[in-house]
Amino acid sequence: MTSADTLRFAARAALGYPLRTSLMVLAMAIGVAAVVVLTALGDGARRYVVGEFASLGANLIIVLPGRNETGGVNAGSFVTSTPRDLTVSDATALLRAPLVSRIAPLSVGNSEISVGGKLRDVMVLGTNADYIDIRQYHMAQGQFLPREELGRASAVAVIGDKIRRELFGATAAVGRMIRVGDNRLRIIGVLAPAGQGLGMSTDELVIVPVATAQAMFNTNTLFRIMVEARHRDALAPAQKQLEDILRARREGELDVTLITQDAVLGTFDRILGALTLGVAGIAAISLAVAGILVMNVMLVAVTQRTGEIGLLKALGATGRDIRLAFLSEAALLSIAGALVGYGLGHLGAWGIRLAYPVLPAWPPNWAVAAGLGTALGTGLLFGVLPARRASRLDPVQALAKR
Amino acid sequence: MAQIELSGIERTFTLGDSEVHALDKVSLRIEAGEYVAVMGPSGSGKSTLLNLLGLLDRPDAGHYLLEGRDVTTLSADEQATVRRARIGFVFQSFHLVPRLTAAENVALPLMLAGVPAHERTPRVARALKDFGLQARADHRPEELSGGQRQRVAIARATIMQPAVLLADEPTGNLDRHTGEEVTALLEALNADGTTLIVVTHDPAMGGRARRRLMMEDGALRQDLRAGAATSPTAAPT
Repeated sequence: MTSADTLRFAARAALGYPLRTSLMVLAMAIGVAAVVVLTALGDGARRYVVGEFASLGANLIIVLPGRNETGGVNAGSFVTSTPRDLTVSDATALLRAPLVSRIAPLSVGNSEISVGGKLRDVMVLGTNADYIDIRQYHMAQGQFLPREELGRASAVAVIGDKIRRELFGATAAVGRMIRVGDNRLRIIGVLAPAGQGLGMSTDELVIVPVATAQAMFNTNTLFRIMVEARHRDALAPAQKQLEDILRARREGELDVTLITQDAVLGTFDRILGALTLGVAGIAAISLAVAGILVMNVMLVAVTQRTGEIGLLKALGATGRDIRLAFLSEAALLSIAGALVGYGLGHLGAWGIRLAYPVLPAWPPNWAVAAGLGTALGTGLLFGVLPARRASRLDPVQALAKR
Repeated sequence: MAQIELSGIERTFTLGDSEVHALDKVSLRIEAGEYVAVMGPSGSGKSTLLNLLGLLDRPDAGHYLLEGRDVTTLSADEQATVRRARIGFVFQSFHLVPRLTAAENVALPLMLAGVPAHERTPRVARALKDFGLQARADHRPEELSGGQRQRVAIARATIMQPAVLLADEPTGNLDRHTGEEVTALLEALNADGTTLIVVTHDPAMGGRARRRLMMEDGALRQDLRAGAATSPTAAPT
């Protein structure tokens, strides 16, 4: 029997029982669609988070107070029990590192903003003039914070686009006075609207000089220091220089944490990658179930077509012919199911993208390949047993059964 | 050399704890072109004999020479090849594949033999025409009458031009008139030189054969030839 004939015969056999075949294809399709949709979701989430972090800027090092690793015991551990705060002078000192181009100290707090009787809660961010370049924000109107001494508490503010809209509506905001907490500040600029960044929308932010913020919140500590290295390759040596400077300023104890974007990205990438893989594994279970279903259906088909198998043997079919015919049928069912499932899965992923435009829910190629491969693999694997059973039927008994 | 030569064939089935001798030391010679009816009560072993002759079953003892070649020692796949090329089957219940059209059913042996599709089509068309089925080529078995179905089955059995045609109660499921038509068809094929072996318990049909083998309890009781009885193992004329 030529392979073209085997295929044609198997296809005719599959089409000869439309209900059975369509149910079978549906089961396989659901399995493959589950893999495609779930991995699209997982990978979409991963890409979303990675994208969020990438928007931080590529050569950033973030300095935060406190240590998040156990570093053993040194002299400093006996002197201090709580980590020292980060201060503005730390930030200024960091600028001495040769590989550092810019820094931005961050001081964050919540306060109330009021103008002309309108009042709302806002997040106030104290920083310096370099912040806008480090974060790559853009101004809609006016200018960003002036370049000045970090200790100088100028009474100026830059507001986010949403704040401007809510407080000023259509009237001009730049040049107006606002009250933030107990301070009267003059608006010198409005940020261009931007999306979410690390869960903090710049659209709802009031940015003031770092000294102003520290005065406002009556503190002299910093929330973070953002440091920009000169270029991407300088990230690791720059981090070393920063650590040296900070250690020197802290009696030899490095009780701060330095994170690079690569490290954060790598971690999230790994976590969400594992999540995607887990989800794909769950979806793969449905494929295995579909595979068992293929076996069941093919076993029933062998029983149903015992007479036919006997006849084919009487007409001179070898065991191999019959095995191949049944195996081809299982493979065809699996391929059809896999293709339908692939289409359904992409439809589902499209639906997700439509419903949640921020989520880039595209199924990763490896998942699609694995899904289709597993479908075909299980179909064939579970088709072997029925095919062998068919090829081993005793022709005399098979013919007698009708 | 006889076309078919059986010597000391035995076939035993185990039913529960009792053994049934379906065939008991059967020896037989059939020449090419003979017309043989195998007759006997049910359970006498005639179907088992036919299955053995068609290489669907293996004897427990004895030898079967088909055209001088010992086919009992062949592997299952080698037997399949011999069956495909030399033997045609006609069954009582036709055994057509229900989802295939008449033409596709007739083409099955050619397909199994690996004959390419473009060679199959004219051969199938000629066969269907020979059996008066050209108008029915695209009909499925369920759309055919019993007589037509059996004609499709005969067309299928003869498409490979086998040397031996084995028919198991070929008229058993047909009414008298169509049964006679089918019998005439088989006899016409025999007249063209194909060896025809028919299992039947219809005495009318058996009576038309030139040679009758009467079976009972797995053994050949009588070998009647054109009216004259001879002993079962005697050489044919």
